Amino acid sequence: MKVKLRIKRFNPEKDKEPWWGEYDVEMDPTDRVLDALHYVKWHIDGTLTLRRSCGHGICGSDAMRINGVNRLACKVLLRDVAPVVTVEPILGLPVIKDLVVDMEPFMAQYRSVMPYFVNDEPPPPRERLQSPEERAVFDDTTKCILCACCTTSCPSFWARGEYVGPAAIVQAHRFIFDSRDRAAAQRLEILNEPDGIWRCRTVYNCTNACPREIKITEAIAEVKKALLFSRL
Amino acid sequence: MSTFQYDVLVIGAGGAGLMAALYASKSANTAVLSKLYPTRSHTGAAQGGISAALGNHEEDHWEWHAYDTVKGSDYLGDQDAIEIMCREAIDVVIELEHMGLPFDRTPEGKIAQRPFGGHTRNYGEAPVRRACHAADRTGHMILQTLYQQCIKHNVNFFDEFQVLDLIIEDGVCKGAIAYEIDTGEIHTFHAKAVILATGGWGKCWSVTSNAFTLTGDGAAIVLRHGVPLEDMEFFQFHPTGIWKMGILITEGVRGEGGILRNNLGERFMERYSPTLKDLAPRDVVSRAIYMEIREGRGIDGKDYVYLDATHLGRERIEKKLPDIADFCRTYLGIDPAEQPMPVQPTAHYAMGGIPTDVDGRVIVDANNTPLYGLYAAGEVACVSVHGANRLGTNSLLDLVVFGRRAGIHAAAFANEIEFQPIPDNADEPTRELVERVRTHDGDENVATIRAEMQKLMMNNVGVFRTEELLTEAVEKLKELKERARNISIQDKGKRFNQDLLEAIELYNLLDLAEVTALSALNRTESRGAHSREDYPERDDENWLKHTLIYREEDGSYRFDYKPVTITKFEPKPRVY
Repeated sequence: MKVKLRIKRFNPEKDKEPWWGEYDVEMDPTDRVLDALHYVKWHIDGTLTLRRSCGHGICGSDAMRINGVNRLACKVLLRDVAPVVTVEPILGLPVIKDLVVDMEPFMAQYRSVMPYFVNDEPPPPRERLQSPEERAVFDDTTKCILCACCTTSCPSFWARGEYVGPAAIVQAHRFIFDSRDRAAAQRLEILNEPDGIWRCRTVYNCTNACPREIKITEAIAEVKKALLFSRL
Repeated sequence: MSTFQYDVLVIGAGGAGLMAALYASKSANTAVLSKLYPTRSHTGAAQGGISAALGNHEEDHWEWHAYDTVKGSDYLGDQDAIEIMCREAIDVVIELEHMGLPFDRTPEGKIAQRPFGGHTRNYGEAPVRRACHAADRTGHMILQTLYQQCIKHNVNFFDEFQVLDLIIEDGVCKGAIAYEIDTGEIHTFHAKAVILATGGWGKCWSVTSNAFTLTGDGAAIVLRHGVPLEDMEFFQFHPTGIWKMGILITEGVRGEGGILRNNLGERFMERYSPTLKDLAPRDVVSRAIYMEIREGRGIDGKDYVYLDATHLGRERIEKKLPDIADFCRTYLGIDPAEQPMPVQPTAHYAMGGIPTDVDGRVIVDANNTPLYGLYAAGEVACVSVHGANRLGTNSLLDLVVFGRRAGIHAAAFANEIEFQPIPDNADEPTRELVERVRTHDGDENVATIRAEMQKLMMNNVGVFRTEELLTEAVEKLKELKERARNISIQDKGKRFNQDLLEAIELYNLLDLAEVTALSALNRTESRGAHSREDYPERDDENWLKHTLIYREEDGSYRFDYKPVTITKFEPKPRVY
């Protein structure tokens, strides 16, 4: 099938402003958007720049805006978005080149929520016990691959880049609700700051954008509830 | 350009690199270089589990695990290293749990385990539940957990720094030269010890489960420095990749009860492996699938078979194999609870690699002479615990066990010595390489040569091999390498120039493809993943030994051999 790719291009070494590159390619309907981008890069214009690694939705490298919504390029089949496919970098992070953005502000927000297990009690000789029910409470948020689809689709984040954002809250949730962890109160304190969780306006963009189908808005609501409850 | 100084430099941020970094940074000033953001590493794609004889469901012993691993390796694995791995498996999995890794749980709250290919109770009697899992995203959980711990312990990261060379002088490794992808700057990293954890090179083949970034950079760099590569002829084809795409469908599907079927609907593995059936080791299953296809029993006469999980029920699939269900919906448009999955063997894992001892030290000959200051761990390394065929779940185990050992040993080594002086122009060869690739005006294209190499490797250096196919592969790879000197890239800039890096990665892949084909041609027997149709039998008399392949200064190759370490288990015919 014929596909027209419209790609937002920007090379800071050459361009003053971003511009739209248009490429007509012949692809299979079951090819992925990533395949079409690769075709352009490998056979039409080698300067086209994007991140990608695993190519099947696990590593989180190739988040981009495809026909106006955040997706992983390796998880969208052309038949679902063709014949004209518009591809732009995710919004709200500085563009380095073409579809590559500076992830550091996003990673800094991630690091700010203590995204690691904390339990200073001496561990038992074997595993810490956790019932399947306790494990299930935070299962959904363990799926996060830090692709940034959620945070960069969030209007609150677009409005204020200092907002900690849904991805960091998802990571905090994963530990706050882990029965083995002991730092929930500290993480809740961090999320209670002015640029913390209360900037979430429950728009659901994050949930719609998540390629891992994490129920992000629900997770955020659970953290909000924990905050309110722990204050009472 | 800058010069950085660290006691220990870890190159690669997958499971082995992060585990090494966590341990090295406890006592030494440590930095991690990665060409990706660490959480993009391919450890995250591992699905089914990590084995340890915890015995959480039924009796199990690390000795049984060791036996299975030795037998799985077709007796080519070094048994001292295998014993270490299987014994330390228990402690390292408990350590991961203590780091917060969210394993699935048994009703009693212990780590849940499932059966996996080639893992048995009591020395081969029947499958045993040994693979500790977190749904079908165990690798993701390991990668995330280790990265989280690195953040907690303030490990230094240089993300998106691609290593292009090592500084090796007089048998000592003193650091690395890295290309900062964002700026195009070339930096010198001066170190007392370097740990290579750069992963495998599945992108040599056209159908592969591997990431686009798995281009064998670390292995290719040391080869050019005169370090041999070990057992390169042994490359694992995982039996169940999604047809044509190669995306991995975990062995955990069969661990949960999934069945392989041909176009007659037969459970054909009953014929090839009466005891373990669908849970036979990967080399056995991949060969069986090819045999079925050859005899016309592929689905619709094509080159795939079905992996049938429909009888498991939707609830079990969604709970135990949710990502697999998602892959099927996304890429195949099918529901695995209703329809079988079309699968074919997919290039998956390098059993061979940079020879190391059990502490991760790189060794350069059959006498185990170390290259001081250089370590390797994970898929890039060959300890050898996998021998001629790796058992499922033993790769994640290898990463954490030997990543930990390399990190501990490298830090201790670094703390005993002073920084060795490095020459002022250590980065000169890298600057010349980068400039040449950037400016060369030729008429060849990276993607075209890469695609030809991948197709050639798939057809000629795949599951079944012959002298004729391998000879042709060696000749054609030589031609491709010649043509690759005439590559011209379009992106001449400095910023995020992936065009440039893809060209350099292609050089790495071509070198590794070449030594793989040469090693395969050289080994005139069939063992594990290396199946020679012209030499169908295992030949212990002549070939119970590891291959070492060296690249000489003039670009030619020479072979040497290293004995296999045998402790408890004498080689026996391998039947399942």
